[in-house]
Amino acid sequence: MSVGHASSASALHVRTQVLLWAAQRISALVLAVCVVVHLVTTIYAIRNGLSAAEILSRTRGSAGWAVFYAVFVGAVAVHAPVGLRNVLSETLNWRGRGLDAAMALLAVALAYGGWRAVYAVVAAG
Amino acid sequence: MNNPPPVLQVRVWRGAEDGAFQSFEVPRHESQTVLDVVTYIQRDLDPTLSYRFACRVGMCGSCAMTVNGKARWTCRTQVASIAKNGAVDIAPLENLPVIKDLVTDMAPFFDKWARAKGQFRGEHTRKDDFARIQPESAQRKLVDEAIECIGCGVCYSACDVVRWNPEYLGPAALNRAWTLHNDGRDVMQTERLSAVAGDAGCHACHTQMNCTERCPKHLSPTKSIAGLKRAALAAALKGRL
Amino acid sequence: MSVRADVRSRNHPAYWAFVVHRVSGVLLVLFLPVHFFALGQALRGEVQFDSYLRWTEYPLVKAAEFGIVFLLAAHMSGGTRLLMLEFLAWRDWQQSLLAIAAGITVAFGLVFLFNLV
Repeated sequence: MSVGHASSASALHVRTQVLLWAAQRISALVLAVCVVVHLVTTIYAIRNGLSAAEILSRTRGSAGWAVFYAVFVGAVAVHAPVGLRNVLSETLNWRGRGLDAAMALLAVALAYGGWRAVYAVVAAG
Repeated sequence: MNNPPPVLQVRVWRGAEDGAFQSFEVPRHESQTVLDVVTYIQRDLDPTLSYRFACRVGMCGSCAMTVNGKARWTCRTQVASIAKNGAVDIAPLENLPVIKDLVTDMAPFFDKWARAKGQFRGEHTRKDDFARIQPESAQRKLVDEAIECIGCGVCYSACDVVRWNPEYLGPAALNRAWTLHNDGRDVMQTERLSAVAGDAGCHACHTQMNCTERCPKHLSPTKSIAGLKRAALAAALKGRL
Repeated sequence: MSVRADVRSRNHPAYWAFVVHRVSGVLLVLFLPVHFFALGQALRGEVQFDSYLRWTEYPLVKAAEFGIVFLLAAHMSGGTRLLMLEFLAWRDWQQSLLAIAAGITVAFGLVFLFNLV
């Protein structure tokens, strides 16, 4: 039985654990705003069917949408891995450096895939 | 006696981690509690049954068990309110090692209480004047609404995070830490926040609220833990963790 | 002792909210790569992107889209409720928060559905 910190079983220092939690909550706040905007936009976009023109006419060459979606993706890349870290540790009993590394990898993958998608719909031509 | 009392079909856990439910038939009576049922079984049907109780009037928390799937004080659980179809199953509290039958080892529960720095430490001696704490102050009210915990273990038994995360301190220990965090006389604040923060502490709580739902004293460990989350964040941002 | 969690003690609103939040979160994370791949098709040019989007006319795809939108609305409104509980500590408001979150979820879902079909 370990004495001292509750967190001594984790590979991360307690301050890091708390800041990860904080990052997840802050990204949640950002996402709350982004998701409302996204849901409204989506509902508007799917009226009369979805087409490339419907999406691209809004996003192509738009600095505003570029920034919005870039921020959206960034927030997701923080929020999802930290959340999934809890789910995996509690469901599969997987803890420690291996899990932390896998979640960091997920963050990078989401950021890459997401920002690539943002570029795809924003880049002109 | 014209009508013999109806009979309860009672299943009681026997054994330790490995074991099985054993069935008994227990005569029903008015105002019967689940503790009455367990007592009847041990005295009249099977003296080898092991169980805990003390005050039998809802003050000590010793008689806590899992009744029809819910952790509760058996001395304050009326059979009439839970045995809708005349059946009751009684098992030991969850999330704790089972010593025998309905008796669990409470040591891990109290070890975590200690790990959460759930003890008061002051710096006044008897040579100092009394500390002045205003009972109506916002901070003291936060303490008062959480202080009545008697360490019965019902919340700990009900919590899924305790079940899934062996290191998790649990709702009772964290609730007590919150009362001490708000105690103006306590001087162990920084160490305590360090002890209760993080993956095995308050930040692992998912607000499932099984603890608040089941607490026989109607406390809300969820609320206390939310307070600790905020306090620990502030400490982390100030570099105090 | 018992390996399986007993559902009888978990049958209350705050716990249902937890289950919805966790399940929706996991499903949304699984959906994201599909979503990013689909949008990434725009890199092949507008015509290619448009032909890829023809998939969205299939009823099964539309049903899945509705499902995703519903999950997103549920996760967002449930998450907002959690942020309020953790940072504002309004204990007495809990039941109301949950009802409001559920209402917002259903509202978004219905409006989406109305525009989808």
